[in-house]
Amino acid sequence: MLARSPHGALRRLFDDVGTVDAVGIEERVAKYGTRSIKKASKLWGLKLAASMVDLTTLEGKDTPGKVASLCQKAMCPHDPELGVPQVAAVCVYPAMVKHARKALGSATAVRIASVATAFPSGQAPLKTRLAEVKAAVADGADEIDMVINRGAFLSGEFGVMQDEIRAVVEACGQATLKVILEVSELETFDNIRAASFLAMRVIREGDFIKTSTGKTSLNATLGNNQVMIEAIRDYYLDTGVSIAMKPAGGIRTAKQALTFLIAIKETLGDAWLNNARYRFGASALLNDLIRQIEKENTGAYQAPYYFSEATESY
Amino acid sequence: MSRLPITKTPKVYVGGAFIRSESARVFPLKDAAGNFFANIPQCTRKDLRNAVEAAAKAGPGWAKRTAYNRGQIIYRLGEMIEARAGEMAAALVLGGASKVAAAREVAATVDRLIYYAGWTDKYEQVLGNVNPVAAPYFNFTVTEPMGIVGVLAPEESPLLALVSLFAPAITSGNAVVALASTSQPYPAILLGEMLATSDLPGGVVNVLTGFRKEMVPTFATHRHLRALVGVANADERKALAIGAADSMKRLQLLKAEEPTDWLADSAQSLYAVRDTLEFKTTWHPIGA
Repeated sequence: MLARSPHGALRRLFDDVGTVDAVGIEERVAKYGTRSIKKASKLWGLKLAASMVDLTTLEGKDTPGKVASLCQKAMCPHDPELGVPQVAAVCVYPAMVKHARKALGSATAVRIASVATAFPSGQAPLKTRLAEVKAAVADGADEIDMVINRGAFLSGEFGVMQDEIRAVVEACGQATLKVILEVSELETFDNIRAASFLAMRVIREGDFIKTSTGKTSLNATLGNNQVMIEAIRDYYLDTGVSIAMKPAGGIRTAKQALTFLIAIKETLGDAWLNNARYRFGASALLNDLIRQIEKENTGAYQAPYYFSEATESY
Repeated sequence: MSRLPITKTPKVYVGGAFIRSESARVFPLKDAAGNFFANIPQCTRKDLRNAVEAAAKAGPGWAKRTAYNRGQIIYRLGEMIEARAGEMAAALVLGGASKVAAAREVAATVDRLIYYAGWTDKYEQVLGNVNPVAAPYFNFTVTEPMGIVGVLAPEESPLLALVSLFAPAITSGNAVVALASTSQPYPAILLGEMLATSDLPGGVVNVLTGFRKEMVPTFATHRHLRALVGVANADERKALAIGAADSMKRLQLLKAEEPTDWLADSAQSLYAVRDTLEFKTTWHPIGA
């Protein structure tokens, strides 16, 4: 009986990929907040973080106009003299990809990411999800953010989950794939590690695993980021294949972003400190990064309303 | 039975919480006789930054309260001080005031709060206006709170001056980050405990303690502070003027060289409310 229950399947998977010391992880990530990053290294970190942002708008009320202004901001986040780099990508719904492509043009380094596969739930027939991926790629998406089938994972049907990811990899063609584990629905660190391995085994070098959709209550935390980057490290040491990482949702301040970069530096090393290997899925983060860069440049604390039209002017 | 002495750790009131300085620094406070009394948090520019963030969170909600409700809450703050008047007077005596002078300062502080509590739903009628124009339009001038206001309290009258400076700002819905008297910080620390029980939302008034020369430059340059009110000496006024010009900040400074009589009626005024208001004029067509 045990052999066919999800418990048995999960246990065999844990035996295969290893489990996580949850208390140890929390203890480890708590230490990242104690690092003192100042002056030149802080400025470097802030600019690096800005270059890693997937500038995101995923709302029902998105319009072509809003996407166009997002693209403008992605290409030129602030006064060019300040030296804020372009962000890595814009992240939009599939229906908005063609508007983003029109706004960005084809000569830009800013990539277009699109959340396909019935984001955020993934609860649509596979055929529909694959059609969505192909449509987004055809419209000009450079990167596809897919959600895994959490239902399949939690019921122990790992083969189903992996086959679906394989199918999406195929549908992506040249486009980079980001596999969203939706960590809040996986519930334990052990599950997050196991799901990371299942995904990494079927995606290509340079593809991403991503924490969450940003549409549930719990998003990227240092803890689940740590579990996933340790999985990436272990997988790299086993196979030599480097997988990229994207935490998403809940990272709003520059200070948080720097702490995540410290986690990367101390776990995966300098090879992952670039936007081909690490991204932040965020919408408000870029404003705070620019604000802190301006503070480092001028020495004066800045008001948020200078950096975002969405900020209250109080 | 003999007991171990239980002494209070003075903490500053920021964002509705009692905190130590992020720097973990303190400076010793002595009573008038020169005996050690307590270690006071020596706040830094980062504490100021954090206090401004707290004020930015609390401010919009405070400004959206009805004027009547703001009045009730400021009145409540007066009640809280009144109920602990003896303790507050003792804190002033600690800094060298006579018992009579201390009691008078506490009473005047409570009265000052009641004065501004009364103004919350009245200043608009006096300062706003319907302007006559030569066309078929209503032309209104209405007031809005500026936002986050920095307060630099003087060394003397460590309670009354501080309250006289921040009360008119919160009357209209501003949020305040105040720097207390350096030589007599304890009354401001005690005031924090009364602010905490006054129904005033956490973060609307934040009181820091520390050294002026460490904090004044940051008050001057912080771009999120819309205005500075308080007392400053000639050197500080110059630094503040330069910083304020760069960060587009309004300054309302009294000269430290010319002591203010904080007990006098002239130390409370509707015009102090006006000092931290912006005026907005709107046109509206008159219907048939």
